[in-house]
Amino acid sequence: MSVTQQNILEQFDDRSLWQRLVWRDWVWALLVLAGAGYAYVHYVELMDGYEVAILAGTALSLIGLGWAWKPMQPLSLMVTVLSLGAIALYGTSLATAESNFFLKYLISSQSAIMWMSALYVLATATYFMALFARSDYTAKVASALTWSATTMGLVGLMVRWRESYLISADVGHIPVSNLYEVFILFSIITALLYLYYEGRYHTRALGGFVLLVISAAVGFLLWYTFDREAHTIQPLVPALQSYWMKIHVPANFIGYGAFALAAMVGFAYIFRHRQEQRPGGAANSRLPALELLDDVMYKSIALGFAFFTLATILGALWAAEAWGGYWSWDPKETWALIVWLNYAAWLHMRLTKGWRGTPMAWWAVVGLFVTLFAFLGVNMFLSGLHSYGEL
Amino acid sequence: MSTVSNKPSRAVSRSSVLLEFLGSMNLAITLLVTVAVASIIGTVLKQNEAYQNYIVKFGPFWFEAFKSLGLYDVYSAGWFLVILTFLVVSTSVCIYRNAPQMLRDMRSYRLNVQEQSLRAFHANHSWTLALPAAEVERRLSNVMRSKGYRMRRKDHGDHQVIAAMNGVVNRLGYIFTHTAIVTICIGGLLDGNLPLKLKEMSGQIKIESRDLPASQVPRESWLSVQNPSFRGSVTVPEGSTANIAFLQLRDGYLVQPLPFSIELKDFRIEHYESGQPKSFESDLIIHEPDQEPVTATIAVNHPLIHKGYAIYQSSFNDGGTHLDLNAWGFGRAQLEQQAFKSAVFEKLSVETAQGTMTLELDDFRLFNINPADEGSGKKFRNFGPNFTFKLRNAAGEAREFENYMLPVEFEGRRYFLSGVRDSVADPFFYLHVPADPKGSLERFMRFNALLQDTDRVAQIAQETTRQTFGEAQLEKPDLHKEVAATMQRLVALFTQGGFDAVAEQVEKTVPEAKRGMVLDAYIKVLRNILTALYFDLLTTEGVDVSAGVTESDSRFYDDSINALAVLSKYGSPFFLELKSFEHVQASGLQIARAPGQTVVYIGFALLIAGVFVMFYIHHRRLWFWLRETETGTELLFAGTGNREHRDFRLEFDQLIQVLDRQLRSG
Ligand code: HEM
Repeated sequence: MSVTQQNILEQFDDRSLWQRLVWRDWVWALLVLAGAGYAYVHYVELMDGYEVAILAGTALSLIGLGWAWKPMQPLSLMVTVLSLGAIALYGTSLATAESNFFLKYLISSQSAIMWMSALYVLATATYFMALFARSDYTAKVASALTWSATTMGLVGLMVRWRESYLISADVGHIPVSNLYEVFILFSIITALLYLYYEGRYHTRALGGFVLLVISAAVGFLLWYTFDREAHTIQPLVPALQSYWMKIHVPANFIGYGAFALAAMVGFAYIFRHRQEQRPGGAANSRLPALELLDDVMYKSIALGFAFFTLATILGALWAAEAWGGYWSWDPKETWALIVWLNYAAWLHMRLTKGWRGTPMAWWAVVGLFVTLFAFLGVNMFLSGLHSYGEL
Repeated sequence: MSTVSNKPSRAVSRSSVLLEFLGSMNLAITLLVTVAVASIIGTVLKQNEAYQNYIVKFGPFWFEAFKSLGLYDVYSAGWFLVILTFLVVSTSVCIYRNAPQMLRDMRSYRLNVQEQSLRAFHANHSWTLALPAAEVERRLSNVMRSKGYRMRRKDHGDHQVIAAMNGVVNRLGYIFTHTAIVTICIGGLLDGNLPLKLKEMSGQIKIESRDLPASQVPRESWLSVQNPSFRGSVTVPEGSTANIAFLQLRDGYLVQPLPFSIELKDFRIEHYESGQPKSFESDLIIHEPDQEPVTATIAVNHPLIHKGYAIYQSSFNDGGTHLDLNAWGFGRAQLEQQAFKSAVFEKLSVETAQGTMTLELDDFRLFNINPADEGSGKKFRNFGPNFTFKLRNAAGEAREFENYMLPVEFEGRRYFLSGVRDSVADPFFYLHVPADPKGSLERFMRFNALLQDTDRVAQIAQETTRQTFGEAQLEKPDLHKEVAATMQRLVALFTQGGFDAVAEQVEKTVPEAKRGMVLDAYIKVLRNILTALYFDLLTTEGVDVSAGVTESDSRFYDDSINALAVLSKYGSPFFLELKSFEHVQASGLQIARAPGQTVVYIGFALLIAGVFVMFYIHHRRLWFWLRETETGTELLFAGTGNREHRDFRLEFDQLIQVLDRQLRSG
């Protein structure tokens, strides 16, 4: 890690966000607005008022995100170009996926997701290689792999969205409706959060740690695809046919992704702490300083907590509309509460009692297992109203 | 933590010790973790099931133990509510103790700060400048203002202090978040089961656990129509009306009368091509005395809110479909059929060879989507309508059956399927009765009757032996008779227990060494006679069998034998065929009144606002301490942020650079 004067100046440019916008940023905003406008004009009949609001909100958030974090711009453009390409190649028939070379091997949703999986695993290995070889160049390659994987994952989801409509108009839906789809979402969001911190803290040393959890998710995804054929697109059960799904699920996965990131950073923290116990360990360690790790861990949990709060509340509002009560003590809800309380306790420990160090790092790691249970275990072991996505 | 201040020690009263305890962070964290752990119980142990299930699962001792701990309804258990109450009290005390200080903090710029203390800050920097103090002030104020800081100035005579603050709303974030917790819990309590629990404890109401029609439920299990908060459900068949809802509680229910009645005009299910349900909707008419009826269509995710009562589409059921049935008797030498009409949910008493039994018609389903065969190109196929029923004997033991109305095709052959099981926990075991060329059960039933017709079997057995032995029979007439008798015996065994009965018989009567041989011979003989009987059946049907049978008739024979061989295990003295039906559906509605909802939603809004503000708007304080000297100005700059030391440090360093540029230029 190297925080130079230059970095600080970059980060804390004394102009405000507005002043810092360059013509490219305005082109970006126009493109996003044009895209949203196009979607509005073409699909307004299919959307209800809430969905129009969600579209507008998504466009505005994307503009803001692109302004605040510039790499979002090329990423989105790449995803858009590839997805539109796939959609154009498909035309009106799903069967094209079998005959068209590009679709078959590259950008049909299934192929794109396979690419995503391969690239994430490769990126994980490369990050670790870079760490052991102390090679900046290798680390850059690992970053590039992660970006590519994320691009392919997003393309996979976008194209899957379209494919669901090609199956039949009434089957079509946003691909965040079952365990298979949200695992992809989880991988992408965790990777993006990581990439954000990678840029912001100018360190690629954590990549391997964070991508380990993504690789695990990919492993599950592959098992789920090949053993359970989970990748087939299923129509939505009536309870999921709601605009709420479009905001509840992504908000939830920002939470899960951030918690996963925090846990892996916590893991790195414990690792570095061990190294420091040895003579000369601190100087030799290739991981960032404990203070920085602690900072990332806290920020990540805070972000996760904020979005998880939002997601749980959206879930309650949705439940009120679909099940007749905002809270039913359904196992999934209850586990969301447990996860939430756990992190609330973590935050209080840190903020008001000033706890730092390995206990907090261990707690963040344990938090991931609690989260994992809420996210996967509940579907596997407990039954309730959230009856989709069973294993 | 500056806000959780250690008050100077004074005479500690008992109440302040109590407040200290209730508002302590240790208690708060303990409570957060305790609620989390306690909540787990309710997710691991299925809540609010029939008590019978728990007894089966845990045995009587643990059943009672868990019951007394309230584990079957954890979230309404007294101890759980006590923990929650503690959390609410603790949070309230926390707000009470911290909020006033925080509000003061938001307004206080701390202009009387000492030079000494500023120098003690981690973040501090000093300049000696050649500019007059007024100019320094002007320049630094410009910088700070452009950064969104608010400032106050105080002249202390020999020095000036300028204090700047940003992100003061962070403090409101704390107040919002914690007030939200209290608000949500209170709102939730209003809507929860607590009022019912209190009424139950004071003996005003009693949970009914018997399965009674609403009209017979005693008054003490009825709630008041004014009951402000409840969540119940009711099933309304098409064309019917309901004016009550049932509240499921522990092992029973309560009846909640409604101030209006709900008529179900129509219920619709739409299916995807794959047969999965796509949507279900109910057309409702709400009737109220002296008012125009209100019509509305509700669907999943689209409830109707009527005067504070929310009516949700939650499920669907059969509403008493009318069934036209035909019972084909087994176990008789003559083909017998009995046609009758009934409906789902009816119970009939039937006289059978096994005594009086009760036929309970339980359910009817219009679509039955099953995975399609491999290679058929389709994923799913519809097996068509079916209905389920139970046959209960005098001792109360029941078997459950599931019969399909139409023959289902497997590999080019068509069967009437009938599933049977002894307990709900078991999977169905299916009897495959082949459909005859007319698509009916008749030929199979005739075949079955023929096997029971001992006279006819005897006759055919003799004819068959005569043909088989030909001339030889004249030499050994006894052998011929014996074979014919064996044939009859084997047929009788077969009808009693299939091939297994034959094997058992062999086991009982033949020495071990010879068993295999004898069994083979018996099966061969049995097959001969069964084939002969089948030929006889075909002949009576008018089929010409002189040149052998067609492939389909031969397959029918194989299938029939397979079905007949297991018939003794089927456990019903008749086969119930569904001839036609008139579908009546019922809509499962959930009806709720939740006055606390508004309160809870306000809490939600506060919580979201509070959490984001608390995390993303940091409260920062900066001070400039200036003293004009002969040669210019001495400036001391220091600051503190309430969170994230690292980020504050970076911001502070950057401010130093910007200020430096501004103060040193020209
Ligand atoms: C369910 C109960 C509670 C929840 C969900 C909750 C939530 C939170 C959250 C999210 C934060 C912000 C952490 C951060 O900024 O990173 C916080 C801070 C804090 N909480 Fe709680 N809290 C709860 C109960 C309590 C209780 C009972 C107390 C009293 C002991 C308390 C005292 C505090 C204090 C003093 C802070 C720090 C405020 C500051 O200086 O900014 N909280 N709480």
